[in-house]
Amino acid sequence: MISTMECAVDAQSLISISLMKIHNSRTQRGGIKLHKNLLVSYVLRNARQVYIKEKYAEIYRMQQYEEVMTVCNEIQELNPLDLEAEDAEDEEQARAACCVEEASACGSPCHRGAAHCRTAGTVAGCSLLEDGCKEPEPSYYRSCCMEAPPAPLCEQCPANSSAHCNKTTVLDLDTHVVTTVENGYLHQDCCCDALQCGQSAQSPAKKRKVEFGFCASDAEEAPDFTAARKRAKREDCSYSAPDYTDTSNISNLISIFGSGFSGLLSRQADLEQICSKQALASLGAWTRAIV
Amino acid sequence: CIFDVFTLKINQIQSVRMISDIISTVEFNHTGELLATGDKGGRVVIFQQEIENKNQPQFRSEYNVYSTFQSHEPEFDYLKSLEIEEKINKIRWLPQKNAAQFLLSTNDKTIKLWKISERDKRPEGYNLKEEDGRYKDPNTITSLRVPVLKPMDLMVEASPRRVFANAHTYHINSVSVNSDNETYLSADDLRINLWHLEITDRSFNIVDIKPANMEELTEVITAAEFHPHQCNTFVYSSSKGTIRLCDMRVSALCDKHSKLFEEPEDPSNRSFFSEIISSISDVKFSHNGRYMMTRDYLSVKIWDLNMENRPVETYQVHEYLRSKLCSLYENDCIFDKFECCWNGNDSVVMTGSYNNFFRMFDRGHRRDVTLEASRENSKPMQVLKPRKVCTGGKRKKDEISVDSLDFNKKILHTAWHPQDNIIAVATTNNLYIFQDKVN
Repeated sequence: MISTMECAVDAQSLISISLMKIHNSRTQRGGIKLHKNLLVSYVLRNARQVYIKEKYAEIYRMQQYEEVMTVCNEIQELNPLDLEAEDAEDEEQARAACCVEEASACGSPCHRGAAHCRTAGTVAGCSLLEDGCKEPEPSYYRSCCMEAPPAPLCEQCPANSSAHCNKTTVLDLDTHVVTTVENGYLHQDCCCDALQCGQSAQSPAKKRKVEFGFCASDAEEAPDFTAARKRAKREDCSYSAPDYTDTSNISNLISIFGSGFSGLLSRQADLEQICSKQALASLGAWTRAIV
Repeated sequence: CIFDVFTLKINQIQSVRMISDIISTVEFNHTGELLATGDKGGRVVIFQQEIENKNQPQFRSEYNVYSTFQSHEPEFDYLKSLEIEEKINKIRWLPQKNAAQFLLSTNDKTIKLWKISERDKRPEGYNLKEEDGRYKDPNTITSLRVPVLKPMDLMVEASPRRVFANAHTYHINSVSVNSDNETYLSADDLRINLWHLEITDRSFNIVDIKPANMEELTEVITAAEFHPHQCNTFVYSSSKGTIRLCDMRVSALCDKHSKLFEEPEDPSNRSFFSEIISSISDVKFSHNGRYMMTRDYLSVKIWDLNMENRPVETYQVHEYLRSKLCSLYENDCIFDKFECCWNGNDSVVMTGSYNNFFRMFDRGHRRDVTLEASRENSKPMQVLKPRKVCTGGKRKKDEISVDSLDFNKKILHTAWHPQDNIIAVATTNNLYIFQDKVN
């Protein structure tokens, strides 16, 4: 019996429910049902898109607020008649605009204050590796995103951004796919980028194993079965606390799934939505308006 | 004969309680004399129609149990550590060629051809054996005689004649016998295979939609059927709501469809669950071969084989569930796979719903009715009362509100007699057979 109160069509709860379904399907009699899991993954994708949009809308709002406040503070500090200061402001605006754009394009954005770090941290959740600037070890990193940030841009960063560590990275232990979240922007399919860049990433056989249990019933993948079982065990360990409503877990899982469902989501479309020209333009216009 | 859905006067109601298990498939044979059901426990039960007196104006017929046998057993795939369910997914009858009846039954992995034959005579008067089977002492035999066949109580035997195994990696959802009566197809989530009924160690793969990289999987095959007359034509439906018609003469591998039937999605109805509710759960050709019907979660669509861009008719089965999709997702009901069927002259289509309701749509008169399969509400020689679901506002008398519907009582499987107005409706554990006599 369905209650008269329609369940809250909340992206976050749908994600939790969907993940539980996928998890439970592994122990169901008769083996994993490919059709049902595919449909659940569609719900997961839809919920994830809504969730990310909502999250980034929130981040935009916070960023706008922070940017405005920062610019306001800087205006107050500067002598309005100081010509040099004006140039510095222009430079900072330019940097702000370019930083925001750069962030979406795999670069290292300039960082304004610790607030961004915190924001990014909230979104990216449990990062398994240390933030950004360390030299990546070849055994874990494969993403071109993890190269050292472009030097010129780095030098322009104001000294107070001790948080050069604006990147949080998530490593999927099963597929060794690295997902980077920079300044709130999600980089997906870092491995795909690497592939497109011509670098040979992992062997296709390993990369196929991202979806939970999709491939488990395929006889042709019998040699990979031990890998799949190990994956199942590892996943069981990481999800042993079934508290899927925990935001950080969900964000973590989102970033993992983000790197896996290349067939279901269009990376380009997502990135465009997140970093839409309109949003960027409005952000730039806002900061310009203050000055 | 015109079947008037609004005055389905029940001549005869039978409700058969299946002892242990959930019914998973229902199918009439080509004459309608036999009705087969498969269940979750791997059993097949066949009913036979017994007609009291066909000449009498008020003839009654009853379906009685004819044969019961265990078709499939649970298996274990040791290589993949997977249990293979014995549940019968589909039964399809072969057209009758001789005294025996043949049917195909399938579970997730293996298809079996069963021969159902009658034995009503047995030989008596053996020379070397007593009647009870003990061997005689040869020294006592002084003369020879020819054994004679004597009548005996009817015995119906089911024996497996062919086992078609090891051809499907994924779960089989459909089998369909070709009109050539020599071949049949079996479909799983990603592949369709063509078999010859006589050959079990070989099958041809005719459709393969498995992507090179499983990460890129976006759709699966949900149902497949051969055209009733054209032995080269078959269709398969997908989880994305599309139907592809393929011609086997074009190429050996029918990955490229001849026709693609798809209706554009209504963007105003977009929700988290749009993909799930557009997944097609059943596809059936009309008897005349000019149309096909598809069932998705909320509707039934009739397609003209000559028009690919939209269905010619759409019937809403239970549109009031559209606002409940989230709850139905939580309790897994949104994944229920409803089947649909045509009546003998393709004028009425039928499909199941929840609360033991089933729906009939009269295509010619543009009328529809909701009926209930339950013992309390069905009495012989009584008009089966149409039901109504109250979708909002004040609930009228005899109406049922959406929130009172029992979603555990679902009718997924229905079948219609190929000629007469006799329908078989399967609730979870019970099989209802409704018969209507047209005056």
